[in-house]
Amino acid sequence: MSSQAAPVEAHGHHDVRPIRKAAMWVFLGSECMFFGSMIATFLLFRNETADGPGSELFNIPFTSASSFVLLMSSLTMVLAHNAFGNRDARGTRIWLAATALLGTVFLAGQIFEFTEFVHEGLTLSSSSFGSAFYMLTGFHGAHVAIGVMMLMAMFYLSLDGRLYDDRGLNVELVGLYWHFVDIVWIVIFTVVYLLQV
Amino acid sequence: MVIDTSKDLVPARPTGIWSWITTVDHKRIGMMYGITALVAFFVAGLQALLIRLQLTNANGTVLSADAYNQLFTMHGLTMLLIVVMPVGAAFMNYFIPLHIGARDVAFPRANAFSFWLFLFSTVILLSSFVLGGAPDGGWFGYAPLSTQLEEYVRMDYYAVGAQLLGVASIMASANFIATVFTMRAPGMSLMRIPVFTWMAVVVSFLLIFSLPIFGVGLFQMFFDRNFGTQFFGGGGDPLLWQHLFWLFGHPEVYVLILPAMGIVSEIIPVFSRKPLFGYPFVVFSGIAIGFMGFGVWAHHMYTAGLGPVAEAGFGVATMMIAVPTGVKIFNWIGTMWGGKIRFELPMLFSIGFVSLFVIGGLSGVTHSVVPSDYQQHDSYYVVAHFHYVLFGGGVFGFVAGAYYWFPKWTGRFLDKRQGLWHFWLMLIGFNLTFAPMHILGLNGMPRRTYRYGEGLGFEFWNQVATVGSFIIGLSFLIFAWNLIRSRKHGELAGDDPWDGRTLEWSISSPPPVHNFDEIPVVEHVDDYWHRKYATDEEGRAVRMPDVSGGTVAADTDTGGDDSHEEDMHMPSPSYYPIVAAAGIGTMGYGFVYLPVGWIVVGIGALITMWGVFGWSLEPVTRGGEHE
Repeated sequence: MSSQAAPVEAHGHHDVRPIRKAAMWVFLGSECMFFGSMIATFLLFRNETADGPGSELFNIPFTSASSFVLLMSSLTMVLAHNAFGNRDARGTRIWLAATALLGTVFLAGQIFEFTEFVHEGLTLSSSSFGSAFYMLTGFHGAHVAIGVMMLMAMFYLSLDGRLYDDRGLNVELVGLYWHFVDIVWIVIFTVVYLLQV
Repeated sequence: MVIDTSKDLVPARPTGIWSWITTVDHKRIGMMYGITALVAFFVAGLQALLIRLQLTNANGTVLSADAYNQLFTMHGLTMLLIVVMPVGAAFMNYFIPLHIGARDVAFPRANAFSFWLFLFSTVILLSSFVLGGAPDGGWFGYAPLSTQLEEYVRMDYYAVGAQLLGVASIMASANFIATVFTMRAPGMSLMRIPVFTWMAVVVSFLLIFSLPIFGVGLFQMFFDRNFGTQFFGGGGDPLLWQHLFWLFGHPEVYVLILPAMGIVSEIIPVFSRKPLFGYPFVVFSGIAIGFMGFGVWAHHMYTAGLGPVAEAGFGVATMMIAVPTGVKIFNWIGTMWGGKIRFELPMLFSIGFVSLFVIGGLSGVTHSVVPSDYQQHDSYYVVAHFHYVLFGGGVFGFVAGAYYWFPKWTGRFLDKRQGLWHFWLMLIGFNLTFAPMHILGLNGMPRRTYRYGEGLGFEFWNQVATVGSFIIGLSFLIFAWNLIRSRKHGELAGDDPWDGRTLEWSISSPPPVHNFDEIPVVEHVDDYWHRKYATDEEGRAVRMPDVSGGTVAADTDTGGDDSHEEDMHMPSPSYYPIVAAAGIGTMGYGFVYLPVGWIVVGIGALITMWGVFGWSLEPVTRGGEHE
C-alpha cells in the first residue's frame, strides 16, 4: 500500500474511480467467503444422497459446454472493457451485448439442467446433497443473472452516449464483478462436477 | 488566510425532520446510529433486569420458561447486533473522516442506506415481540433446536433480521475501508492514522470476511425451516451450523471490542499528556488480533466432540491470541506511566476499561484450556467472562468515548458531578452483578435455564447479582439524563477542551457540514498536537505561542495553495437510500410469514427497485452548476 493518499484534484475533489474500485474489490473479498462457505457445505454433503439420485446425474459434456460459454463471456467482457478504455462506444456496445448474451445462454443451460435433475428426483429437499447442490449453483446463477442485468443497464446507457457519465456503476466495475462470477464457476465446476471420488 | 465562510461558499447546515431523513452527512448518520443504539441499550437493559428478577430466588415465578427463552435470546441479539456494533458504527461514521482529514465517507448515500437498513432490521427484530413471538433459540441459534420450532415464526425473525443487519454492516464496512484507503488528507500515511481509525479498518475487514459465512448459515437455517432442505436435519449435520456460526461469531467478538480499544487508545494519551506508547505495536497487535480471530472459532465447541487434535490446536491458538491483546494492555499502562494524568471522566472510564478487561481476559485464558473448559462450558462462569470483556471492556470503552467526544458533538461538556455518580455506580454495580457469576458458574449453575432448585446454594450470589444489575440500571438513567440535559445546558467546552492530539479537535464544535475549511496537510502522528507544541532540548513539550483557539487556518505554511477559494461540493441529500432500505425491510417482513408473505415480498421488491433506480439516476453532488 502506497503511503501517499489518493490523488486530490484541483478542486479538492477525490477522483472517485479508484475509490469505487477499492470498494468493489472489498465486496468481492466478501463474496469469496460467501461462496467458500457454500462450497464447504457441498463438500460435507456430497455423499449424503439419502439413497436417492446424486452426482451420477451430472451430464459432464453438457455442463462443460455451458462452462465454456461462460468462460468465453469473460473474453467478450475484456474486449468490452478494452473498447470502453479506447472510448470506442460502438465496440463497447457490441461486446457488452455479446457478454450479456453468453451469460443468458449459460443461465438457460442451468435452468435446463435443473429441470432435468428435478425430473430424475433430485430436488432441494430430497437429500442434503440436493440442498447443498441447489443452494450453491442457485446462488451462483443468481449472481450471473444480476450480472446480466448490470450488463444490460450498461448497454442501455451506451445507446445514448451516457456511458462516460459519472455514475455509480461503470463498465470497469461490472467487468470486475463478471470475471469474479466466472472464476467462482471454474471452482464450482471443478469441485462439484469433476471431482467425484 | 482565513477562509471566507460567508454565504454560498460553504454549505449551510440544513434543519428539520426531512433533512435528517435525506441526510448523507456522515456526522448526522453517526448520531442516528448512536441514538438508535442508546434506545436499544435501554431495551436490552430492561430485558436483562427481567432476567435478573426471575433468577433472584430459587424457582422464580416472574417469567415463564417461554418468556425467559425469548428474553435471554433477545438480550444477546440486541446487545451484540443492535447496541454494541452500531455504537461502534456511530463512532466510526463520525470520526473516520475527521481523523483522516476528509469531508465525508467514500459513498455518502450508501452510508445512509446502511443506516436505514440497520434501523429497519432493528425494527423487524424488536417488533417480533408483538408479532408472533421473539426468537427463542438463543442468540447462537443452534440447530436442530432452531429448525425444529416450526410452529413459530420466531426463528424466522432471527434468520431474516440478522441477515439484513449483516447486509447493512457489509456495505458500511466496504465504505469505511474505501474511505480510509483512498481519501486520506495529504501526508496522512497509514502509520499516521489515529489508532481508533486503524481499529475501525480492522473491524471492517473482520466484518467483510466473517458476515458472509454467517449469511450462508442463516440462509441454510431459513431454507431448512421454510423450504424443507436438509442442511441441519435429515442427512445434514447440526455441527455445520456451529462451525459457520462461530466462524462469524468469534471474529464478531473482536468486532465488538476493537473499536472500544481504539477509543481508549485515543483517550489515554490525551489525559496522560504523552504520546501513545508504542503506536506501531498497538496498530500491529490490532491487525494480528484480526487475523488470529479467524483461527480460534472452535474454542466455542470444545464439548461438541471434535477430537483431541482439533481441540489441542484451537486451545493453543486461543492462548496465542491473548498475546497481542496483552501487548495492548502494556501499551496503555506504558502510556500512563510517568504521564501527567488528569482524572477527567473519559480517563476514569478508560482506566475502568483496562482494569475490567484484564479480569475478563484472564478468565478467557482459563477457557482456552480444554479440560478446564469442559467444566466451565454452559455455566455462569462463561456469562461472567464475556460480560467482563464486553460490558466491562466494550461498554466502558464506548461510554468513555461518549464523555470524551460529547463536547465535539455539541460544543458542551457532560456534567462532571453526574458523570462521577455514573462512573462509580456503574463500576460497583457491574462488579456486584458479574463477579458473583464466576462463583455461581464454578459451583455448577447452568446458563440459559429459567430457574434453579432450592438447596443448591445459588440464592445468595444471585441476589447480589440482581442488586448489582439494578445499580447498573440506575447509573445509566443518570447517564441518559446527563446526555439530554447537557446537550442544551452543559458547560460550554470550546473547540479543543481536552488539549487533544488528533485532527477532529482542530475544527469547531460541533463541526461544520464540510468538516475542514481547508484539507489539512499532515506531518506527524498526533498531528494537531505537533501544531500546538514544540519540544525543547530536554524533550519537554512547549506550547507554541502562535497557535490559539485551535483553528486550521492558523497553519498557514502547509495548507497554502489556492484551494480555499473554491466552492465546496458536498453530496446532495437524497431520499432514495431510505426508500431502498424500506423496500428491503418490507421484503424481510414478507419472508418471515411465508408462504402468505410472498405478496409482501413482491411489494417490497417493487419499492426496492424504485429506490435503487432513483438512486442510480440522480446526480451525486449539488451545485455542479450553481443553483
